[in-house]
Amino acid sequence: MSLGPYAPFIVTSYLLATMVVLMLIAWITVDYRRQQQHLRELEAGGVVRRSGRSATDMR
Amino acid sequence: MTLIDLANPTRFLSLTARLLPWLAAATAILLAIGLYQSAMAPDDYQQGATVKIMFIHVPNAWLSMFVWGVMSLAALGTLVWRHPLADVAAKAAAPIGAAFTFLALVTGSLWGRPMWGTYWEWDARLTSVLILFLMYLGLIALWRAVEDPSRAARAAAILTLVGAINLPIIKFSVDWWNTLHQPASVMRMGGPALDRAFLIPLLVMAVAFSLLFLTLHLAAMRNEILRRRVRTLQMMQASRRSA
Repeated sequence: MSLGPYAPFIVTSYLLATMVVLMLIAWITVDYRRQQQHLRELEAGGVVRRSGRSATDMR
Repeated sequence: MTLIDLANPTRFLSLTARLLPWLAAATAILLAIGLYQSAMAPDDYQQGATVKIMFIHVPNAWLSMFVWGVMSLAALGTLVWRHPLADVAAKAAAPIGAAFTFLALVTGSLWGRPMWGTYWEWDARLTSVLILFLMYLGLIALWRAVEDPSRAARAAAILTLVGAINLPIIKFSVDWWNTLHQPASVMRMGGPALDRAFLIPLLVMAVAFSLLFLTLHLAAMRNEILRRRVRTLQMMQASRRSA
């Protein structure tokens, strides 16, 4: 597969798209772990929801 | 599970936990197929290999508008039906929509340089998409600036609906004004003008990016629900300390 004289434009487009998508995935993953950590710390400190259920409960 | 059940954030979290692994796998498979087909697509007789940028640029451009459309529906959900997840959906979608719009602008610019001889032109299509990107950033800033989520939700919903006026302007800008950007070649009267060799990889990439949006959006909504739980518990903790 030859990309011809404009290869830098094509490769940059694909690399940039990959980078932005990976950044989005990383941001969402880190944010999820951070929120769960906050909830665990609060529950460990005795702060619980009015329902009594764990705030990290996903079921 | 009915739609009304999803108004309950806990039920929504439960559904999301079950759906996300399947959606992520489907997205990865479809992206791999789409990228392979894009790599194998022939060169265009006029554009040469630069036509491959289309397979990234066009799905991102479509999604930049689609995500604002989703946010506009969510804005109606906030203002009219006061659905508890409507603002969560809108807030979670904004950064993802901004990322797609950024990619549409930059890949368009990288495609424009070899084809038009310039990275940027202040024509109607490019300018209206830049305005869309700035509106995404404005909304994200608004949500960050207003501490009370319910007040932020109403202001953001109104701004989103006002911003939705830009969507038909973007779509029809190439018909209403004389622009450097080419007119629609897929979603147009009379069917797509693209050859199957380009149309199929483009549609596969469009579906793959749409699935990517759905996956990221559900995950970001889950995070936002947890963030609001953290806020509620922190307020309970603060009121307990002050009592």
